[in-house]
Amino acid sequence: MSDALLQIRSCCQAFPKPDGEDLLVLNDINLTLKEGEIVGLLGRSGSGKSTLLRLIAGLAQPISGHVDYRGHPVTGPAPGIAMVFQSFALFPWLTVLENVQLGLEALGLPEAEIRQRALAGIDLIGLDGYESAYPRELSGGMRQRVGFARALVVHPNILLMDEPFSALDVLTAETLRTDFLDLWMEGKLPIKGVILVTHNIEEAVLMCDRILVFSRNPGTIIDEIKVDLTHPRNRLDPAFRDLVERIYVALTARAAPAPRAAPDRIPGMGIEMALPRASANLLAGLIETLAAAPYNGKADLPVIASALQMEVDDLFPVAEALQLLRFAEIEGGDIRLTDTGKQFAEGGTDDRKKLFQRQLLAYVPLAAHIRRVLQERANHTAPRSRFRDELEDHMTAESTRHTLQSVVAWARFSEAFAYDARSETFSLENPS
Amino acid sequence: MRGSIPISVEKSGRAFTRWDALAILLTLGLLVFLAGASRHLLQPLAELQQTPVSLDPQHLPEYAARTTLRMLVALALSLVFTFTYATAAAKSKKAEVLLIPLLDILQSVPILGFISVTVVFFMSLAPGRVLGAELAAIFAIFTSQAWNMAFSFYQSLRTVPVELTEASRTFRLSSWMHFWRVEVPFAMPQLIWNMMVSMSGSWFFVVASEAISVGNTTVTLPGIGAYLALAIGQKNLTAVGWAIGAMLVVILLYDQLLFRPLVAWADRFRFEQQSGVAPPQSFVLDVLRRSRIVATLVVPLSRLWQRSYQLPLLGHVADAAPAHPSGKGSRWGNRVWIGIVVLGGAACLWQIGHFVAANISLPEAGKAALFGLATLVRVIVLIAIATVVWVPIGVMVGTRPRVAQLIQPLVQFLAAFPANVLFPVVVVAIVAFHLSPDIWLSPLMILGTQWYILFNVVAGAMAIPSEMRDVGINLQVGGWLWWKKIALPAVFPYYVTGAITASGGSWNASIVAEVASWGDTHLRAYGLGAYIAQATEAGDMHRVVLGIAVMSFYVVIVNRLFWRPLYWYAEQKFRLG
Repeated sequence: MSDALLQIRSCCQAFPKPDGEDLLVLNDINLTLKEGEIVGLLGRSGSGKSTLLRLIAGLAQPISGHVDYRGHPVTGPAPGIAMVFQSFALFPWLTVLENVQLGLEALGLPEAEIRQRALAGIDLIGLDGYESAYPRELSGGMRQRVGFARALVVHPNILLMDEPFSALDVLTAETLRTDFLDLWMEGKLPIKGVILVTHNIEEAVLMCDRILVFSRNPGTIIDEIKVDLTHPRNRLDPAFRDLVERIYVALTARAAPAPRAAPDRIPGMGIEMALPRASANLLAGLIETLAAAPYNGKADLPVIASALQMEVDDLFPVAEALQLLRFAEIEGGDIRLTDTGKQFAEGGTDDRKKLFQRQLLAYVPLAAHIRRVLQERANHTAPRSRFRDELEDHMTAESTRHTLQSVVAWARFSEAFAYDARSETFSLENPS
Repeated sequence: MRGSIPISVEKSGRAFTRWDALAILLTLGLLVFLAGASRHLLQPLAELQQTPVSLDPQHLPEYAARTTLRMLVALALSLVFTFTYATAAAKSKKAEVLLIPLLDILQSVPILGFISVTVVFFMSLAPGRVLGAELAAIFAIFTSQAWNMAFSFYQSLRTVPVELTEASRTFRLSSWMHFWRVEVPFAMPQLIWNMMVSMSGSWFFVVASEAISVGNTTVTLPGIGAYLALAIGQKNLTAVGWAIGAMLVVILLYDQLLFRPLVAWADRFRFEQQSGVAPPQSFVLDVLRRSRIVATLVVPLSRLWQRSYQLPLLGHVADAAPAHPSGKGSRWGNRVWIGIVVLGGAACLWQIGHFVAANISLPEAGKAALFGLATLVRVIVLIAIATVVWVPIGVMVGTRPRVAQLIQPLVQFLAAFPANVLFPVVVVAIVAFHLSPDIWLSPLMILGTQWYILFNVVAGAMAIPSEMRDVGINLQVGGWLWWKKIALPAVFPYYVTGAITASGGSWNASIVAEVASWGDTHLRAYGLGAYIAQATEAGDMHRVVLGIAVMSFYVVIVNRLFWRPLYWYAEQKFRLG
């Protein structure tokens, strides 16, 4: 394809695990960005989409595969690729104008042109009057406008956006999105293509021409969805809703681990499963919500997500944990309480704890493993490092930390075993 | 208006404002001061000896100017050191493994004991000229300022937020531009704070370094320190008073003319993006900012400076991108490097061992170790007393913000107050009441350093979130329970930071504080500081080195075995947020 701005072919990326081996975070990624296109990279956290964006930006190099920008391999930050950051990444000691000028100064342009282009950018993005303000004086929305202006004034061919609206409140984010789309549709932006990383499904459908859906561990593109709706798009349009539903199905189809016939009873088996991050309170809360009207035990994921104002990254870990503990089942974008889940919803505090402990020890091999070790030891205690080392053979240090955090939270709630954070030891005794 | 670049220069009727007049006055004053203070540098040393320091107060302004210039030059050198040494340590893993432990040791070594050695070295650089002695004094002051500044800068460089660095890389800033536009601004508030602490701490060294005697030769450089030393030698209380007065004026002046403007200017470099707290103000900075003449002078300079960003200096930040995070290629290189460092260390150890073994007997070393033990006991007891006194006061001050604002400048002055000034009082009292110098000279050691404890505890108490205090009130937690459960845990990490500094400083101060004199009366306590001081006076280099080595050993051991673990524990358990 001759009009390809960017071409990525069979790209892989890996990070070292604590034991020295590599953990694959991106596997065999292929992507083409054509002129005039907005491509969305959609997936949950940990699906490698931000890593991919950093490869494109030249901030990192892949371990294998090719990233070609206009036919030339990307070996470092390329002129013509600019980025908008989730946390804005503005320099607090520079004024709005100075922030916007920074990239132009680095290009070594004449001063008059720097000034003129910066002012034009500020004007375009609606920051007039704020030139001499410092970022700390601005609201989040205005700060991100500075982030956009700063990226646009260098006249990049490709604009990379790393969850640019996720740190903003709902209303501000929506205004910024529509402002951006208006400028884009009117051809006022000095850019030829956009790559948008997001975990917000509706945002992707609202803005993108094409959406690449990512799965996790390792990050892989599992689906490509074309969005042919005309702008401005209407979130309530049935065609819009259909696309949202379709993406939910695609995400849950892969997010759900294949149900196992029976839990392994062989010591050490299955403990390497990374546990979703969800507190016991959230689990109980979602069970109660699902059990009550209007859901009565079964709900459409997009519906419940918008009712609870939870984004994919908030909702999925909770749903996954429920599925793991057999309190609920996920299928085709729906979540349905099991009989155990219903029992939990009806029970009192003590019943709930007992039920939770039973499910935890039966279906979370790591919890069963810890408890077995504690029972076998004479003093019924074991240091955290013992399990950490075991887990780190299979996953990154970060994922180990999260997994232990989850198992501790669940064990504390169900009183399966206790953990003392100060001495970093697990024990069977709960303080009474 | 603050710090903004005017979009368009508005035309105003008057070409010359009152701000311009003030700014010119300030600039001219600075020039006159520099010229006056540096006039003597190339004088032959002999001439200096012929016109000794006079106790006549009319010379004090000149002495004050020369002392201040020494301190400022040392501060400038410290900045250069900070920007190079700390940057090298933060940027290169290989440099880091060597430079950071070295800095840690340098911080603990009592450089005061080394003054005699450095004097000889610097005098040989400019033989027969005042310049040599001046350089030696400046170097001594430098050693009291540089380390904590370098440490602070290193810490800041390592904590520059990732997204700022990434933004800078995607915009392809050169390393040079990245340093001045991103890293230095990020580190600035912390660095300025450390410069202020350094300036206060260096007074102690000023007094010690302006009147240096090595064996038979005594070099006296005109300055407040030499004036004070002479006043003490001649038992002239009035002159001591004049010296203190001059110090006070100098401290006030550089606070107003240098640090306040700096603090107010650096306010915009604070990284936390909240507004609300009233920004620090400085009259002098306002004058400079409002003056159009200053603006016309500064703008071309800053343009020129910005032009340098485009020079292909030191490559691009982007080039430093790791090719692949798990690169194993350099592992062997690292091993070789560590091998070289270890070998170098072993060679130095051999040198020192050889030097000491050839000239110092085992009993002598044992004696020095015992002296060290005595000083150790003193430091521990003094820190304990200072803790008991200053922690409660610090908490009480810190929880009352208005009192804290009043007290802070006062404490800053007290921190600058060199122990030598109190010699007359202490010596006279000890002689009059027949007290034991072993006990009663000790408080001099902590005189200048105890304030770090107060400083930090006040800061800690001010940082207690008001909600936490409200909870205490709401639950009617009062008395000892309030101290035990709320106040003390909240200030604990801050206290530890202050106590580490205080303890290190006290060791250093012992060299001056364990020997005190007033006229012909010389008092001496049993301790390592007195041992080093006496060896210096006698020109016995071997015993100076031995004393310093023993002291460094004690300081490092105490830091590693006691303060470090305590600091780590405090960070883990009590750090808020």
